[in-house]
Amino acid sequence: MNMTQQKPDTLYFFGTCLIDLMYPQAGVSAIQLIQRAGVNVIFPPAQTCCGQPAWNSGYRDEARAVARAQIALFPKPIPIVIPSGSCAGMMKAHYPELFKGEADEAQALDVAGRVFELTEFLVDVLQIELQDLGAPIKVAVHTSCSARREMGVADKIESLLGQLSNVERVEHARKPECCGFGGTFAVKEPEISAAMVLDKTTHIRNAGVDRLVSQDGGCLMNISGAMEKQGNAIPSQHIAEFLWERTGGNAS
Amino acid sequence: MTSEFRLTVRENLAKAEVRANFYRAMDGLMTRRLDQFPDKVELERLRTQSMAIRANALSKLPELLEQLEANLTRNGIQVHWAETTDQANQIVLGIMQQHNAQSIIKGKSMVSEEMGLNHFLEALGIEALESDLGEFIIQLDHEAPSHIIMPAIHKNRVQIAKLFHEKFPDIPYTEDVDELTQLARRILRDKFYAAPVGLSGVNFMVAETGTLCLVENEGNGRMSTTAPPVHIAVTGIEKVVESLSDVPPLLSILTRSATGQPITTYVNMISSPRKPGEKDGPEEVHLVLLDNGRSNIYSDPELLATLRCIRCGACINHCPVYVRIGGHSYGTVYPGPIGSILEPQKAGLDVHGELTQASTLCGACSEVCPVRIPIPSILNRLRYDGVRKDAANTNTVGSGKRRTLSEAATWKTWAWAATHPALYHTGSKLATRFKGMLPTNLGAWTSVRTAPKLAESTLHERLKALGVDHE
Ligand code: SF4
Repeated sequence: MNMTQQKPDTLYFFGTCLIDLMYPQAGVSAIQLIQRAGVNVIFPPAQTCCGQPAWNSGYRDEARAVARAQIALFPKPIPIVIPSGSCAGMMKAHYPELFKGEADEAQALDVAGRVFELTEFLVDVLQIELQDLGAPIKVAVHTSCSARREMGVADKIESLLGQLSNVERVEHARKPECCGFGGTFAVKEPEISAAMVLDKTTHIRNAGVDRLVSQDGGCLMNISGAMEKQGNAIPSQHIAEFLWERTGGNAS
Repeated sequence: MTSEFRLTVRENLAKAEVRANFYRAMDGLMTRRLDQFPDKVELERLRTQSMAIRANALSKLPELLEQLEANLTRNGIQVHWAETTDQANQIVLGIMQQHNAQSIIKGKSMVSEEMGLNHFLEALGIEALESDLGEFIIQLDHEAPSHIIMPAIHKNRVQIAKLFHEKFPDIPYTEDVDELTQLARRILRDKFYAAPVGLSGVNFMVAETGTLCLVENEGNGRMSTTAPPVHIAVTGIEKVVESLSDVPPLLSILTRSATGQPITTYVNMISSPRKPGEKDGPEEVHLVLLDNGRSNIYSDPELLATLRCIRCGACINHCPVYVRIGGHSYGTVYPGPIGSILEPQKAGLDVHGELTQASTLCGACSEVCPVRIPIPSILNRLRYDGVRKDAANTNTVGSGKRRTLSEAATWKTWAWAATHPALYHTGSKLATRFKGMLPTNLGAWTSVRTAPKLAESTLHERLKALGVDHE
């Protein structure tokens, strides 16, 4: 359990490298959702990447160097909120392993203990209340494997969407199955990855939805990239951006 | 360069019928398992208990093996130790030669697959006949198992019917499963009566009592271990548990995780050869204990968890990679997630190291593993061992052998950039501005996807513009 379940005055936001480059509006929306709930957000500008790509490739020294640079950015004892199950999982579950026996292990553990995945934070800590202002829409939810199994927060995105009266969640076949992204897996074993994402897009298409939402940019990039290549893509969106738009935030 | 593994995967991904067979079978197995565990709290409790039983046994492995040997010997079971598969094969051969045996009938045993026993014996002109139905089928077709529990799962009923018809042309063609099974049983029945030696695997060995526990559904295991005058059991050294009371919880979670059965049709507890006055059972029972790299795995406190495995196959059934590429793609005896952690450790990262890469680390395996083996963590560790510079600091076979200069240089550059924020962010910003100039053909990625689309500006820029506290 995280150190605090109480609503803080201020928190740190870690935007992740993928959102920085590809889904910046999701990062903006996440911050706006938090601010609207009355919490001040600090965005340390020197942040880059959590280090996961190197960690999962076996390059631990490189991962540690990058992770160490991030750890230094979160000195205050306040929550660190991350709009990605995968990066949150890296910091929360793997920083402790990565820094085991290092001089700054305690600092790494401290950071790990303050990490929240965004939807988890919105539901458990902010207990955010959402009012749906959007038109009726059918959505499919893809929960990343790290959000589902590493962070154990698959129910959070569902409960957030459940608050939106005009949003109908449509289940798709094999929903808990991985989309085939797996970071470098997609380029190291492209044939398997392709077979996985093809099945995932088929199942989502079969659900007959207007939109796909997820709490992870990596999965979105994979699934939407595949649907676009196939043609006639179902629009997809990060959950933060979707929530912000539905609840009155100015749509981008 | 495209690896051999990838080439095999490509071939197998193209076999629509086989893929459909795996899909159907794995879906069924997942559902059956789920139905067996209606109470999630109880399931998690049982997993923790089972993990603890296996971890406890491994924590005193040398002592328990000594105790096991003493108790088995006292019970009249002859114990043989084999460090390599070659030694194990020689031991089996030696026992057969003592009895002038020219054939052996086998119950299901993955360790005998590991030993390559059938090939070894056949090369010497000795018949090794598989009596497990699945094994019998693939033996007819000269194939290797594609799954550790259901070796012929890659075949469907029609394919099996055709195979039987081809091999036994005198018998009328049928696609009826019962008839096919009866046919195999009739053939095997005669073999059981005639076989001088029977072989089996072992699920658990109980140190406290000197008992070998073996579960199965077809009765062929019981036949293999009781009908022939000599029974040889082969297994890995890690299969030992401390006491008899450890067995029921493990059995209960094993069969439910594996095939979704509350218990198997047959549960065999073998504790001695036939005693004077007893009417059945073999006159001799032998146990061959195979190491084949296990002690090396044992020497690493983290990798040791690999040896907790009770070979239920649940990780395989739930693996999104396995269900698509099938068991034969792995090119190893054990496929799927367990194979991807076990085989590279046994054969070396230089031989099967690519399997550590054949995973998205999605965690579907560790979520169901009855003994909570953290498979993704072990994969991650093996990836690390594969590329580490200080290869001498780990016992993992083939460590450091997967390190390439170009990959190492890429990660070094990445780390340098990601620890120089000013430069990094200038780079990101420039990338968004000049994205039109970025390549749209990214090889593997863009073969089934469009190229990643960079935004018009980065999050960093947008937040600066919005005046979010930068502190
Ligand atoms: S690793 Fe776990 S799930 Fe896989 S076969 Fe072994 S015990 Fe079963």
